[in-house]
Amino acid sequence: MSEDKGSFGVHGTGDTSGYSGLVRAQVTPGSSERPFGGYFDEVADDLERAFPAFSEAIEKIVVDRGELTLFVKRSHLVETALALRNTETLRFEMCMGVNGVHYPEDAGRELHAVYALLSLTHNRRIRIEVAVPDSDPHLPSLVEVWGGINWHERESYDMFGIIFDGHPGLTRILMPDDWQGHPQRKDYPLGGIPIEYKGATIPAPSERRSYQ
Amino acid sequence: MGLEEKLPSGIVLTSVEKLAGYMRKSSLWPATFGLACCAIEMMAAGAGRYDLARFGMEVFRASPRQADLMIVAGRVSNKMAPVLRQIYDQMAAPKWVIAMGACASSGGMFNNYAIVQGVDHIVPVDIYLPGCPPRPEMLMDAILKLHENIGDAKLGVNRERIIRETEAAALAAKPTLEIKGLLA
Amino acid sequence: MTIHSDPYAESRETTEGRVYSVTGGDWDSLATEIGATKEERVVVNMGPQHPSTHGVLRIILELEGETVTEVRCGIGYLHTGIEKNTEYRSWTQGVTFVTRMDYLAPIFNETAYCLAVEKLLGITDDVPERASVIRVLMMELNRISSHMVALGTGALELGALSPMIFAFRDRELVLDLFEQICGLRMNMAYIRPGGVAQDIPAGAIGKIRETVDQLRINFKDNEKLLVGNTIWMKRTQNIGYLDLAGCTTLGITGPVLRSTGLPWDLRKTQPYCGYENYDFDVITTDSADVYGRFLIRMQELEQSLRIVEQACDKLEKLEGQPVMVADKKIAWPSQLSVGADGMGNSLAHIREIMGESMESLIHHFKLVTEGFRVPAGQVYVAVESPRGETGVHLVSDGGTRPYRVHFREPSFNNLQSTSAMCEGSMIADVIGAIASIDPVMGGVDR
Ligand code: SF4
Repeated sequence: MSEDKGSFGVHGTGDTSGYSGLVRAQVTPGSSERPFGGYFDEVADDLERAFPAFSEAIEKIVVDRGELTLFVKRSHLVETALALRNTETLRFEMCMGVNGVHYPEDAGRELHAVYALLSLTHNRRIRIEVAVPDSDPHLPSLVEVWGGINWHERESYDMFGIIFDGHPGLTRILMPDDWQGHPQRKDYPLGGIPIEYKGATIPAPSERRSYQ
Repeated sequence: MGLEEKLPSGIVLTSVEKLAGYMRKSSLWPATFGLACCAIEMMAAGAGRYDLARFGMEVFRASPRQADLMIVAGRVSNKMAPVLRQIYDQMAAPKWVIAMGACASSGGMFNNYAIVQGVDHIVPVDIYLPGCPPRPEMLMDAILKLHENIGDAKLGVNRERIIRETEAAALAAKPTLEIKGLLA
Repeated sequence: MTIHSDPYAESRETTEGRVYSVTGGDWDSLATEIGATKEERVVVNMGPQHPSTHGVLRIILELEGETVTEVRCGIGYLHTGIEKNTEYRSWTQGVTFVTRMDYLAPIFNETAYCLAVEKLLGITDDVPERASVIRVLMMELNRISSHMVALGTGALELGALSPMIFAFRDRELVLDLFEQICGLRMNMAYIRPGGVAQDIPAGAIGKIRETVDQLRINFKDNEKLLVGNTIWMKRTQNIGYLDLAGCTTLGITGPVLRSTGLPWDLRKTQPYCGYENYDFDVITTDSADVYGRFLIRMQELEQSLRIVEQACDKLEKLEGQPVMVADKKIAWPSQLSVGADGMGNSLAHIREIMGESMESLIHHFKLVTEGFRVPAGQVYVAVESPRGETGVHLVSDGGTRPYRVHFREPSFNNLQSTSAMCEGSMIADVIGAIASIDPVMGGVDR
């Protein structure tokens, strides 16, 4: 996922710790094998049964820390969502929202959209994750499937620049309409100003030397 | 402002100053400008236990045109900044501003892309009230300090002289960075 | 006509006809002119600075006479960038940021965040029982103080001033408890990954019990004022209707969902912090209107008091047990406590790190400056806040700082239902409907 170099995040001469040689690779949990445990097997089976293009649509299934994540290809997102919502044994009738995550190191899959689903009927939770490249950040909108995702999609657009095709009004929601850029991406600086004290300044938080 | 500004310097002006100051400070009407967490403490200050009514201030005016004190309670985002300025402009002079809480005074802990780093970038501030959030007692203390200030406010030529003096002092003042403080 | 030069009401021709932009001031001249035209469509902008919009919410209403034909919310006036700011701080410091999101329910934000960090660390089961009980105690007290503001301001916005005075009186009692327990009235940053910042001080239990009794008596005042009050019922019954289907489509949780009759409460359905060990009822009504939501909040107060009492009993039994995980990689070397002046570290802590143990000093230094590392991965944790499901989506890349923190705020989500609740109703009812959602703009905009 990413690499940490040294004890401090600063490169060059900023690091006084003497540990700059230390390189730590960070990996996210990979694809899981069956059995997944809990109700996850049931969910996967039911979805496979209800949804013919299952093997094509699902890139991988990750079970980590007691949570199930389905990585879905964006071309099949809407059908997967419909199957998850409509199949009687699945019935994920609520979508708790979508959230963007930006992984600049994950070439070709920089922007992830993460949907949290909840089934009131069966009292279950799962997560769908879709990855899109930064150069083509398009996803089908799920407003038609779960109406409540409307504002969440607008927020992900506002903060990450993910474009949800078919959204009824994809405009900025939190930032002013004329704002430049998408502030919560990793390549967008935190901003802020240096703080002046008597006889000293401290740089803005994102430019301070700090541990990482 | 009004007729009082035209008075010549002297005993009449000082008496008018005292009278006007007394009247202004005793009927300060705050505009509701609750933004974030601090606003809840501002509401608490107006409610039963702390009871701002004791100082003739319980009438929080919703319309800026009827208010002469703006308590900026909370963090001001870049999106809110123009609105804040417009409301300030709509208030009738003389008017005062209290920056309530760390966020309104300096941006507080949110030194980032979204928050204005202190409302003094947008409107002139009379009192900076620290705290996150300041307790209602602190808000009351700030208000009382402001009352004192208003009570002593100068008018007419005296006012102009004071403005000129403070501006000259501000121009001559060292920037914070060059003040050595305890480091000297 | 000379009206065109009216500084307060500019007008211009558009493809949809003449549009007036009124900024306040001279409404008379405008009313006269509009009265002369045949068009009835008026777009009114309420907020972002308006006394009855619950903070800096902006509502754009399209009216036909008194009837609302379209409502849109404008939000973002309090966007603070908290989620991004957290990425530049250690995991523990994150608590201080998230507590300021939904500022009426700080303990819920903290708990949700800490539960998520603990899940990422895989130490959910290691959190001491006493810490969990304290969390429950604080959450329920917080639910009371939050509902008090909801009831008070809700009533205030509909024109009833007295309930607000009573509500804030009762809220102050709860805030006194907060102050005694963690030193602050709001934004406490009291719940920490692994437990809580410090044990509750001696004598707090007794004070809580006293307050609970007092609150039971005090709640009657508001009940007498509002429940069954004709004016109040007229303003709230059959207003802001949203049925179960609407709620599920829009992802609505909390009192709004429970007012449709569905007993969905995460404390019962997906318990956390040991809620399965407490005896309480999930309150529902089936009227699906503002009055129903109001009743739910009123009765949840009593349920919260019940839980608080049970938590007190448990705490008495767990006296002297730790309130932080034993793992020295996460917990500070010794317990903190509030000094006589309401702040600062305990003498025991200072003695330990400064005088007795070099390792403690190193540990303390590392934990405070660098913080602990959290294994890579992502989790979603939800708790039942006073407004509904507060969910935290937390991503770690294995570092000492969060990679991404996202809050699924119930206020943000529930506010979407404004259009569904208000379109077709009278303009005066919009205020009641929004007050019944009880959005907190700090949570909506973050
Ligand atoms: S100063 Fe603190 S309490 Fe006040 S608005 Fe800012 S964060 Fe909230």
